[in-house]
Amino acid sequence: MTILQDATKTKDHQKSPPKSTPLLLVIAGAIIVVALTYVLPPFRNYQLATIGAYFCVTAGLTVLTGLNGQLSLGHGALMATGAYTLALWQNKFDLLLPGIALAVLVTTVVGGIIGLAAARLRGPYLAGLTLAVAVVVPSITSTFDKTFNSDQGLSVALDPPPGVIPVEQWQAWLCWAGALLTVLVLAYLVRGRFGRDLRAVRDDETAAKLAGVGVARTQVMAFVVSAACAGLAGALFAVLAQSVSPGAFPLTLSLFLLMAIVIGGLGRLTGALIGAVLLVALPSVAQSIAEDAGSQHLEGNLALTFFGVVLVLVMLAAPGGLAALKFPRRSRRQKG
Amino acid sequence: MDRFLYLTFDGLSRGAVYAAFALALVLIWRAARIVNFAQGAMAVATAYAGYSVADATGSYWLGFLVAVTGGLVLGAVVERVVMRFVDHSSPLNGVVVALGLVLIIQGVLGMIYGDGYRPAPAPFSRDAFEIGGIAILSRYDLFVFAAVGAVVVLLTLLFTRTATGLRMRAAAFAPDVSRLLGVPVGGMLTLGWALAAAVGSLAGMLVLPTELGLHPNAMDLLFVSAFTAAVVGGLDSPVGAVVGGLVVGLLLAYVGGYLGATVAPMAVLVLLVVVLLGRPDGLFARAKARTA
Amino acid sequence: MRRTATVLAALLLAAGCSNGNSTSSGGSGNTPGVTDNSILIGTHQPLTGPAAAGYSEIAPATKAYFDYVNANGGIYGRKITYKIMDDGYNPANTQQVVRQLVLQDKVFAILNGLGTPTHTGVLDFLKTNRVPDLFVASGSRTWNQPGKYPGTFGFNPDYTIEGKILAAYVKQTYAGKKVCFLGQDDDFGRDSLAGVEKVLGTVAAKQTYVVTNPNVGPQMGAFKAAACDVVILASIPGFTALSIGTAAKIGFKPQFVVSNVGSDPSTLTKTLGAAAPLLEGVVAANYLPLDTDESNPWIQLYKKVNSQYNGNAAFDNNVVYGMSVGYLFVQALQGAGKDLTRDKLTAAVQKGGFTGPGLVPTRFSAQDHSGYAGEQITKLTGGKATYLGTPYTTDDADGAVTAYSGAAATPPQNGIPTAQ
Repeated sequence: MTILQDATKTKDHQKSPPKSTPLLLVIAGAIIVVALTYVLPPFRNYQLATIGAYFCVTAGLTVLTGLNGQLSLGHGALMATGAYTLALWQNKFDLLLPGIALAVLVTTVVGGIIGLAAARLRGPYLAGLTLAVAVVVPSITSTFDKTFNSDQGLSVALDPPPGVIPVEQWQAWLCWAGALLTVLVLAYLVRGRFGRDLRAVRDDETAAKLAGVGVARTQVMAFVVSAACAGLAGALFAVLAQSVSPGAFPLTLSLFLLMAIVIGGLGRLTGALIGAVLLVALPSVAQSIAEDAGSQHLEGNLALTFFGVVLVLVMLAAPGGLAALKFPRRSRRQKG
Repeated sequence: MDRFLYLTFDGLSRGAVYAAFALALVLIWRAARIVNFAQGAMAVATAYAGYSVADATGSYWLGFLVAVTGGLVLGAVVERVVMRFVDHSSPLNGVVVALGLVLIIQGVLGMIYGDGYRPAPAPFSRDAFEIGGIAILSRYDLFVFAAVGAVVVLLTLLFTRTATGLRMRAAAFAPDVSRLLGVPVGGMLTLGWALAAAVGSLAGMLVLPTELGLHPNAMDLLFVSAFTAAVVGGLDSPVGAVVGGLVVGLLLAYVGGYLGATVAPMAVLVLLVVVLLGRPDGLFARAKARTA
Repeated sequence: MRRTATVLAALLLAAGCSNGNSTSSGGSGNTPGVTDNSILIGTHQPLTGPAAAGYSEIAPATKAYFDYVNANGGIYGRKITYKIMDDGYNPANTQQVVRQLVLQDKVFAILNGLGTPTHTGVLDFLKTNRVPDLFVASGSRTWNQPGKYPGTFGFNPDYTIEGKILAAYVKQTYAGKKVCFLGQDDDFGRDSLAGVEKVLGTVAAKQTYVVTNPNVGPQMGAFKAAACDVVILASIPGFTALSIGTAAKIGFKPQFVVSNVGSDPSTLTKTLGAAAPLLEGVVAANYLPLDTDESNPWIQLYKKVNSQYNGNAAFDNNVVYGMSVGYLFVQALQGAGKDLTRDKLTAAVQKGGFTGPGLVPTRFSAQDHSGYAGEQITKLTGGKATYLGTPYTTDDADGAVTAYSGAAATPPQNGIPTAQ
């Protein structure tokens, strides 16, 4: 429950950016992570790496949903885009860093296309469209099975890490390098004019338009930025799992991502981090509870239920949740 | 030509179910301006209840009754206990809460019943009658048409011929004025949710025997198709929902039949994008309600 | 940021503590997961998700057999602990749970990990960590690469072998008929089709399905349009039932010939419900004793274990499969000897020569890491499968399909194999 309190407490700071510069925080974060990778056992390093990969996408979603008020259920599909791009590249060229860059690029383009459509849609319409994008992933991989190998997916060729570093430690470094870079870029982006525009559009489109903010352009940009983050996260997941398949990017993943940023406290990058930690820690805790209880049916489902309950409670009580943000107050009951 | 006829009837039969499901979405949208993203999960929950009763008693029809009644109750409970307390200043809030409900319902179902597919037998034979050597419709298909037709007729009667229906429309159309005129607006909202969930449960019971069986995630794809159907018809139009459902059903059947089963979900996405961007109010909407 | 770091550390710690009950490794020698009185092994299984139907019964049955062995003194005084992890048939989860088993719980070996797409992703990881990867529950040919993956061994007859045997039966019994093929869109379907076409040549029509799309109407429609007489299915149980049901719906009644992994009669009967009579006459294949064969000594043994240690779970071919995996693993442990190490275990499997419940021998050798060498055709009548003719063996290349005449083994008196 400390997480919830944390979210409530920091809610008040939301509008005033922290005084310390993002660069310093990121450097501090990097030092902590590197130190952690030396003391943690391999499996914990793998979990740490997974948190880093999740952090990339939750940070991007925070900007999209928290700061710009657009709801996407399609970020799981965008992660799949990044992951498949990296897998196809690696199996041909085996050059990891250019591959990740390409994955981000391709996902950005795909995100731009969805974003163009998204900018014309609101609320449930946008959610429904992105939901359709999320469930279409398996259909695409099996229609073009020569390329994507259907449900079985592709394995990802990876060179072992240089030197004698354990694989898990190397994965943690890679994922957190990506995550911290993402956060750094996002932090500077949202502090500047772009961030102001995002909030202006979220709070009142008409007022933003009057103030000379390009509403559609800002919304597309927000989608593009968050898509790039999702692409990076997807590529990192491909590195972590050494395989990609549609089963790794189900609709539930998109719901979990949404849950993570809502509980973490929308609109703050710290919230995105808390959300990413929860995504890794909660299933693990739930599993050991289920194991102690000796019930097969509990496994997985316990975490699912818990996520759902917390999501509903946070939304109803709304500390740091969506409702704490200002949304346009329109007369909804007008006969449509 | 045989194949075309077969696919057409198959598409209409599936489309009838989408239509019922889309109707459920439209009912709630009209009453509360919320797209109920938990509709699919709620329908699965009641279907589990229905089939549990059917298994225990050996009577499919008792189970069917339990599922639909369960829908009424679940809809009312969800509205009274959860949705009523959602801050409706942003349309996103309702969506997120509904998604939370999806996670809860799927998790709880998994804990109770496990995540394997459970058989969902049909009450009538699914073997098709052959007319002139062409397999066209099964007795089960006829049952689906009859059930969905009955729902459409009953809902039409309710909204156009009864005082309750009038009150429900008034409460949704002008809540403040209705309240002044003595209409129990809150009660009407609950009734709307209950009715919608019952229709959704009915649709669930109709579609499950044609799929792999009961599973907590069984309705995910169906929900997307039904949402598309509702959007195609316009979220405000019950007639549109029925037509939209049939359109989506036919599209899925033709695309699946001629281009391959795996292409069908993509066709739904394309249809959704085209309608949303080209004619965002749907083919049957009468007024502007885009940003709701 | 500091607070965030604290939260992070606290959560990692919490996650760590919650799993901290598995530090029982160490003990004598340096072999992970082995002490003087215990052996810890693990598996990944689809306890949830689309493949859970039927398959989720396998690992509990294996565990029940181990409990039976443990109650009778274990192997060289060591009791087997079998840790079953659910991956939901999702390769991303498999990565996570297998890493937890190997790095966190320090298991001695991975046994019977289920699924082609799921297990493929962990092969390299298991190789790097030198973890024996025994008796993978899938018939993919991927497991049979001794040079590349020296620690990995299969269990099922590979899908190409099975395809050849099914096709040989079709060729002989339904000569001149039009044969069509529906396969899962992965190695399972492709390997199986390769085997079928080695014997029959190109089939009249072929279609694929994916697990995520439960509508096989278009595929069955295409077969009907092509006027197929025989349809060979390389499908998991849910899709076998769906295909047979859907075909009947459009008035299409070919002879169905089904892969072993998708043919368990109990699972199919349950799934088809009222439509179960459609199963009458379906042809399939198996390589283990059939669940309904009460007179078979193996079935008698397994039923005893099932009632004592498996909570009297519904007894079907999945339970038979799970216990047979357990039996083979105990044979391998016996072969590895008292001073148990990972190398000794893989050497013992490679030595081969196991006689057990299987109708045909296993193929294990230094050059061959695939599992059982063949299958026998079954036919479903009255909801029960019965064997036809004799077992057949073949290879996954162009070798002939030949009848196998070796006698079936009987289980030892106490139901526990001894060192050979």
